[in-house]
Amino acid sequence: MEPFAFTCLCVLALAFALGVVLSKNAVNGAMCLLLCLAAIAGLFIELHAYLLAFILVLVYAGAVVALFLFIVMLLDMQGGQPWRFRGMQALAGFVAAALLVAGLDTIAVRGQLGSGPPAPGEVGSSLKLYAYPLFTTYLLPVQVMGFLLLIAMLGVIVLSRRTGEADGPK
Amino acid sequence: MKPTLDAFVLLSGALFAVGFLGVLVRRNTLVIFMCLELMLVAATLALVAFSRFNGTGDGDVFVFFILTVAAAEVAVGLAIIVALFRTRQTIQVDRLNSLRR
Repeated sequence: MEPFAFTCLCVLALAFALGVVLSKNAVNGAMCLLLCLAAIAGLFIELHAYLLAFILVLVYAGAVVALFLFIVMLLDMQGGQPWRFRGMQALAGFVAAALLVAGLDTIAVRGQLGSGPPAPGEVGSSLKLYAYPLFTTYLLPVQVMGFLLLIAMLGVIVLSRRTGEADGPK
Repeated sequence: MKPTLDAFVLLSGALFAVGFLGVLVRRNTLVIFMCLELMLVAATLALVAFSRFNGTGDGDVFVFFILTVAAAEVAVGLAIIVALFRTRQTIQVDRLNSLRR
């Protein structure tokens, strides 16, 4: 873990996250989200969580951002006005975000998290280290996740029917 | 000199705050949704950092669950947005004010 690479990845992740918030165009926002996720995957690699970095790129950058781009193209929001600040709401948003970051940073700095080196031992490249807890300790959450995916699939099927037909038997 | 746990937690908090700011100030529902994803990823980063620095694998396992929930959330949320656009022809949140009256 070189400090230089860590600093670069931090700056990139924060800059692209700000790009998501500040971009006028939704397509540019999705692209910034993609690059921010790539920087965070780099941070995962620095934390030796290679499998999680791979899954992050696969699921988020591969599926989620592609789905976002697909919906942006589908809806074709030319009519929407571009982004602009409006007085009190934007001010309240900035104050709330600043308070949030102040609180979290107070916890991070004053809370005795310990600034020692990473604990030695297991390195996250082996699949067994993930598979064993998933099938023993966390077996019930895995089953619940399966049901969640099933329910989400059914919900999407119901939601994406034509509204005219859905309103028919009313 | 290696990056410490403090640095990772600070970065995670900053990313979460940026996502929170986006949820509060943006008016486009799709961009609000992207900022929600950003907040989920920031929490994921904190989990992985804590897991690595404490030498346990439990935080890494929770990342799987967060990713699953995020995938389901994106699917359902984008279906809701498409249905909303079909009925209202807009996804700007300040025009979706039927409940105000």
